[in-house]
Amino acid sequence: MDTMAAIKQTFFQECEEQLIELESGLLALDGGTSEPDTINAVFRAVHSIKGGAGAFGLEQLVRFAHTYETSLDLVRSGKIAASRSILKTMLTAADTLADLVRSAREDVKADDGEITRMVQQLESACGLGGAHEAPVAAAAAEPDLDFTPIQVSLDDLFGGAGDAKQSYRVRFEPKTGFYSRANEPLVLLREMARLGETQVTCDLAKLPTLAELDPEGAYLAWDVVLETDASESAIRDIFEFVEFDCDISVEKIEGESAFDDDAFARLLSLASSDTQAALPEPVEPVMQKIAAEVQSRNEEAAARKAESAKGFNTAGATIRVDLDRVERLIDLVGELVINQAMLSQRVAEARIARSSALAMGLDDLEQLSREIQDSVMAIRAQPVKPIFQRMSRVVREAADMTGKSVMLQCDGEATEVDKTVIERLTDPLTHMIRNAIDHGIEKPEARLAAGKPETGHIRLAAMHRSGRVVIEISDDGGGINRERVKSAAIAKGLIDPDAQMSDEDIDNLIFLPGFSTASTVADMSGRGVGMDVVKRSIQALGGRITISSTPGKGSAFVMSLPLTLAVLDGMIVSVAEETLIVPLTAIVETLKPSMSDIFHMGGDSRVIRIRDSFVPLIDIGHVLGYRQEMADPSNCVIVLIDLEGQARRALLVDAIQGQRQVVIKSLEANYRRVDGIAAATILGDGRVALILDVDAVVENADGKSNPPSPDPAPLQLEIVE
Amino acid sequence: MTEKLESSSTRELIAFRIDGREFCVDIMQVRDIRGWTPATPLPHSPAYVRGVINLRGAVLPVIDMATRLGFKPTEPTVRHVIMVTQVENQIIGLLVDAVSDILTVTEAEIQPTPDVASELAKTFVRGVLAIDGRMISMIALDHVLPAHESLAA
Amino acid sequence: MKKMILTVDDSRTMREMLKATLLSAGYEVLQAEDGVHGLEVLAGSNPDVILTDINMPRMDGFGFIEGVRKDQRYRSVPILVLTTEGEPEKKDRARRAGATGWIVKPFDPEKLINAIRRLAA
Repeated sequence: MDTMAAIKQTFFQECEEQLIELESGLLALDGGTSEPDTINAVFRAVHSIKGGAGAFGLEQLVRFAHTYETSLDLVRSGKIAASRSILKTMLTAADTLADLVRSAREDVKADDGEITRMVQQLESACGLGGAHEAPVAAAAAEPDLDFTPIQVSLDDLFGGAGDAKQSYRVRFEPKTGFYSRANEPLVLLREMARLGETQVTCDLAKLPTLAELDPEGAYLAWDVVLETDASESAIRDIFEFVEFDCDISVEKIEGESAFDDDAFARLLSLASSDTQAALPEPVEPVMQKIAAEVQSRNEEAAARKAESAKGFNTAGATIRVDLDRVERLIDLVGELVINQAMLSQRVAEARIARSSALAMGLDDLEQLSREIQDSVMAIRAQPVKPIFQRMSRVVREAADMTGKSVMLQCDGEATEVDKTVIERLTDPLTHMIRNAIDHGIEKPEARLAAGKPETGHIRLAAMHRSGRVVIEISDDGGGINRERVKSAAIAKGLIDPDAQMSDEDIDNLIFLPGFSTASTVADMSGRGVGMDVVKRSIQALGGRITISSTPGKGSAFVMSLPLTLAVLDGMIVSVAEETLIVPLTAIVETLKPSMSDIFHMGGDSRVIRIRDSFVPLIDIGHVLGYRQEMADPSNCVIVLIDLEGQARRALLVDAIQGQRQVVIKSLEANYRRVDGIAAATILGDGRVALILDVDAVVENADGKSNPPSPDPAPLQLEIVE
Repeated sequence: MTEKLESSSTRELIAFRIDGREFCVDIMQVRDIRGWTPATPLPHSPAYVRGVINLRGAVLPVIDMATRLGFKPTEPTVRHVIMVTQVENQIIGLLVDAVSDILTVTEAEIQPTPDVASELAKTFVRGVLAIDGRMISMIALDHVLPAHESLAA
Repeated sequence: MKKMILTVDDSRTMREMLKATLLSAGYEVLQAEDGVHGLEVLAGSNPDVILTDINMPRMDGFGFIEGVRKDQRYRSVPILVLTTEGEPEKKDRARRAGATGWIVKPFDPEKLINAIRRLAA
């Protein structure tokens, strides 16, 4: 990748950060903050995007950002108040800006009409419309004026072949302020010398006595005769930055050459040294005064530095690392952990005493490998903040589409999760938020009638809980309409009309494939996706989702996700001579069944009594096709697992080998997805073991024994009793 | 393939034996040849998928080529080999009886598959070679893994 | 010896662009992310020219220029302001703070290098 392409990539990354900054700032303002830093940061975000966009010639982006920036400047300077409606427009403009950034990134031309519409909306909101004649044109034209770099060919500057040399008399006389802005006459003289031959005369006429001399005062003037083939404007360019700090005159000297003998003689006589000599030497008493001054300033600076260092440290020093490198590192550490496990196993097999130096050394190695793995994983961990922030746009758009008023509250935005998990959360979260607004939050009038605040409230929260990340989406809407859900499910043939179902069972119907109640906005909640897809994508992440709902009060979806997709804590079990891993998060307990607790339900179905409840028994070996015959539970161990919605199942396995963290290896990389299996791992003996997809196995088992009902087991238990 | 028949450019092929017959694949597709190690069976998989093995940290499927090509299933022993091949972006192990030869052939030596071939042969066989009175079938690996339609879920 | 340029800009994009431009012109580059950081970086270095943005968090370009000029050691280091803004009042304010020159972003690399050459003693 060439440098420019790389920088462009940086630009788009930075845009994403700025857009987040912009949105969170606007939301904070909307939430009533009056921190001047907030509006400044908001302004700066747009300003930065505009600056970069200009550099890459992204015209549509520049054009829109310019108007947006102008509008924000009015708010920043207090010329217009940050009212609710202004902020709403600003937020919509932020969305437009985000769209334009995306178009630019994908190198697609955005809809000009859309930009113009938003530009006009901004202008009318901020009262800019009248001020600008043809505001769009002005916005577009101004960057052109400012930004189009003038390509200066060196040939133009230094003259084509045919240009005759011309002499100029240049006089410049610095004024007060020239030196305090770090200008340097020598440099100007040098630059003129680059253009051609120069004769320099220093005019010392105004030099005061030493006592009166201000070291930064301007007392000298220079006269230069320059013979060059460069243009007069090239000479004036040299003085570009000092035009206010000195008197400059440039005039052509007519005649063939100004280098007459007379002038040359004068030059020789002026100083038998170089131009350096024409400058004032440092002056002793002044220097002492300066030294004292410097001393006190240095102390000040040291104090200031200490203070700012504090601020710097809290921000945390960061480096940017290519993701490929991190992934390579994670892979390698995975290998290390597997290798170390293999080694431990060999040592155990060799019956070496646990107290031996070798075994203890290996324990240390295991500990160390674990720590390295954790640290490496932490590199890829990112806060959920960006994705949460993306949701505020989803909320705005969904609220607009449904004509509802909704406020989003985000908590725990700093909660960190592996990047790979975060990336795959956007779609499920988007869908659930839309769903909450579409189906959950009531229309304003209905809310008022129910004695609720007009504005609906959605809370998005993240937290760490026992080695997993929990994400909760709750709303204060009407809750699940169980009557409607049930009748819809019956109408679609998903459940038996006579089925007796608990509230929880009914709530869980919304996760069934094929279930989808009528949506007010056809394409919104949907886009052809139902909650079953949400559930499946959460499960694919090794996560689980549960729902709870209270009529009239609202609903809450709780997702529990692994912190990383790279490792997993699992229980190693034997099933029909195969070794399987059961994710520890699913397991409630393990127990040795007694035959008297097992009841046959007809067909292959069996249940086991565990304390006071009856739990369906699933023979893993049978479900996975490892054996034809059902296992004899008396020779087996039960692994009791929790499903979402508090449903439980008893998995029948032959033996439990132990627990450990395993490195997750994809089956899809070289093969494909296998039903009932979440992924694979490599055990200490170097063999591949499969990681059980508990939910899929349960679904398969349920499907085999009781096709129509999603979760009929608890209902049948009463019959047994 | 037909348009290449006139070409005299040479190719290197690796020949292997399955159930007394000889087959070959392009040497460029072969990454490694290793002895048989027991594979972990995959549930709900076709009979020709023996399972998955660990190859330096990667998990790859092992296909019993005998079953895949319609012969009787291999009963692998330590003398059997797994040819590690690359098919598009995936690494796949092929269980075969033995690797028998490395052949250098010109395109002209590759004859079209005889019409009598079965459906299964048509899926995999891309041409035949006559070498020292033996017939060696050149096979393509694109369809070795189960077809993707069964992935629909 | 290569001349050293300190660039102060809160935009990573801009910092990278400046760096690429300056390196290709044979300069060495120091970078800072805002005014406060700029003064910190400056304290440990001796740049020949400073390029600074105006609109930055923590300490803006005006504050930074004033900070530089307050330090006797850096009074004679030329400071070139590089900003998207071109309003005369802002230019004037930067000049009063002690800026040597002003270039409007996006910059033309050739023009920028010319300007730096003109300023570097």
